[in-house]
This record gives sequence, C-alpha cells and structure tokens, in this order.
Amino acid sequence: MIPRRRRLLTLGLAAVAGTFGVRALAQDRVIRVTAKKFEFTPSDIELKKGEAVVLEFTSLDVLMGFSLPDFKVRTDIPAGAVTRLRFTPDRVGNFEFVCDNFCGEFHEDMSGKIRVTA
Amino acid sequence: MTQAIDRREFLKLAGLGGAVFVSGLSGCAGMGGAKQEDFYFVQLSDTHWGFKGPALNPDADGTLQKAVAAVNALSFEPDFIVFTGDLTHTTDDPAERRRRLSQFRDIVGGLKNKNVRFMPGEHDASLDNGQAWKEFFGASYYSFDHKGVHFVAIDNVSDASARIGEAQLAWLKDDLGKQDKDARIVVFTHRPLFDLMPQWDWATRDGAQAIDILMPYSNVTVFYGHIHQEHHQMTGHIAHHSAKSLIFPLIAPGSAPKRAPVPWDAAQPYRGLGFRGVEAENRKLDITEYPVVKA
Repeated sequence: MIPRRRRLLTLGLAAVAGTFGVRALAQDRVIRVTAKKFEFTPSDIELKKGEAVVLEFTSLDVLMGFSLPDFKVRTDIPAGAVTRLRFTPDRVGNFEFVCDNFCGEFHEDMSGKIRVTA
Repeated sequence: MTQAIDRREFLKLAGLGGAVFVSGLSGCAGMGGAKQEDFYFVQLSDTHWGFKGPALNPDADGTLQKAVAAVNALSFEPDFIVFTGDLTHTTDDPAERRRRLSQFRDIVGGLKNKNVRFMPGEHDASLDNGQAWKEFFGASYYSFDHKGVHFVAIDNVSDASARIGEAQLAWLKDDLGKQDKDARIVVFTHRPLFDLMPQWDWATRDGAQAIDILMPYSNVTVFYGHIHQEHHQMTGHIAHHSAKSLIFPLIAPGSAPKRAPVPWDAAQPYRGLGFRGVEAENRKLDITEYPVVKA
C-alpha cells in the first residue's frame, strides 16, 4: 500500500519549468486564484520559502496567462477550465506576476505580487 | 547575453532638437559586400489612436496630426516612413477597431511621403489575430530591400500570447537564408525580441528563436516600439533600439515595482513624445530623435 503522504495527484498543468513538478502531493496547500478582466484575485499571495503549493487558476471570461518571470514559470489560463500549477519558491522576496496573454484595454494593469518569506 | 548601451554615447545635435546615436551597421568599414547608397527613413511608433486619458495626454485627438506635420516639416525628405505598431488603442468592439484603423489611415494619409510601411502592435491585432489590421494594411510580416539594406518586419503581436510562431520563424529563416552573412539587415518589430522586462510584459515569448536566426548575420539592427521610450541594448552584436511613443511615455524599465505611464506635465507638454530619423550613411546608422512639438 502506498503511504498517504506519498500519494500523488496528477494535475493538468499547462506549463512547468525549473523545479516545478508536474504532480502535486496530497498535502500541498492549494491557493485558488481567479482571473478576469483585468485583475487576479487575490493579487497579493504570501508563500513560505520551500513550501510546495498548488496555484489553482480559473478564468471567468477570456484566455488569460500567468507568468512569474523571476522563476521562469508560466501557464495559460483558459476560460471554463481549472489550471493547476505546483510551485515551490526557493528564495525569499517579492516577485511580480503578470497576465501574459493580451486580454484587452487594461491588460497592462493585470498583475500581482508573490511575497515569499523565510 | 544582453548589454545596455551607454547613454553617454549620445551626442546632442545643435539646432535639430534631437539627439544622434550612431549604431547598428557600424563597425564594418572595409568589409566586403555591395555598395550602399545613403538614405534616410523615419520611425514612428505607438500612436494609440482612440486612446482617451486627459491625465496622460489631453491632446490625444491631436498628437498624431502634430507628428504628421513634424515629419512633413523635416528639412529633408525621407526615403520611407515606418510605423512600428500600436497604431490604434485597443477596443473590444470590432466595428470601433475598424473605425479607429480607418481614422488613423486617413490622418497619416496627410504625410507628404507616400512610401509608408506599417506594422501591428498588440493593441491593433491581438484581440482578433490581426484580422482587422490586415484588412487595412495587408501582410503583418514581410521583407523588402532598399538601397543595399535588407529590411524585415516581424509580427510578434497578432498572436495574443506574444509569439512570432513557428510558421513565421520558418519564413524568417528562409528569407534571411537568401542573404549573405555580412548583409546589412534592419529588423522592424513591435515588442522587444529579447527579455527586456518580462515582469512588465516587455518581451516576446519566442523572441530568442528569432535572435538565434539573426545571430549568424554580422550586421543586424532592430528597431521596435511597445515600451514608449527610447532604449538601446545589445544582444551579442545585434543592436536593439526602441522608439518613443506618440501618446504617453512609460517609466524606465525596472525603475519601479510596477510599469506605469508618465503623467502629462502641463509645464512641459508633449515631453517624452517623439519620433526618430535614421540615416544610413557610410555603412552606419545615425539615429536622430525628434520631439513631436519643439520646445
């Protein structure tokens, strides 16, 4: 029998990079993020260094993107689907994320911040 | 590897109201290749026709016309004029998008020089994959030759994800494949091809592939827009020069946590807005920046 803590949930990730895994552990904290023209909610996300989390995205209107360039990770966020991204920040700081699929007049304002603490 | 160009290299040009920057095809004196005739072109960018925002530009309905008048008033006739994207400000309404494109075309029809090249920006093209823009201005990527220089226009905006795309990259490789490795090549595009500031969406998702295709060519200069300010950077031996906007400036890359426009300054109206002239002479490109309205 596979121990509960070793059980893996396969997640439908659109994109992964670097230390980002394609599967999430069951105990990973899930943070739900809603995207709609022209904002992310929440737009200020606090994480702990070394703590794996799953960012669970939903777009309420059109195709959006989530890009966290400092960690070289991104994913599309298609409307009508849930997109999950497992992420383990490996350094402390404030990091901007943006929508990187042009979505309309105020697309340039669609951004947020991930705060990683020790 | 990228490297910012030292702005101290700028030389003020007395009486012209601009600054000159020697770039690009320089450094090749004595090199082989076909003879190049001197010529001059003008780059305008990010006119955002249809934008409304008095705090940023209370003359949004008149700045483009002033730019047309300023180009017409240049002391010498350019060989051609190029607009490097964001001709119009975006709208969700397809009919309004076409109305803005039509109005833009009518206004720039006032340019005395009728040899005008156009490129889309994401505000023109990203919401309908360039459909409306192409109805007015034709192909969104193309190449042409002028007096010994090969010009290539790359579309990195019709795909809303800021990709050039495999088909266009294949076309680019094929197009450049017909050029000698020391050919003089000038690229026009809207977004930076390199990762200038991805945190501000100032990048092209697959721009590195385009740079890889350009890299074997020893004389390449890129002119682009998108960031509403002058910026000069090298990727290896390739020089990249962004142009000022004709609607409102944006703050310098990395100067604040978030990208932001520079508010209108009534004491210095039109500050930071302008266009550039590029003179190809003696196998160099001399860039002169002009304000849209002389101070």
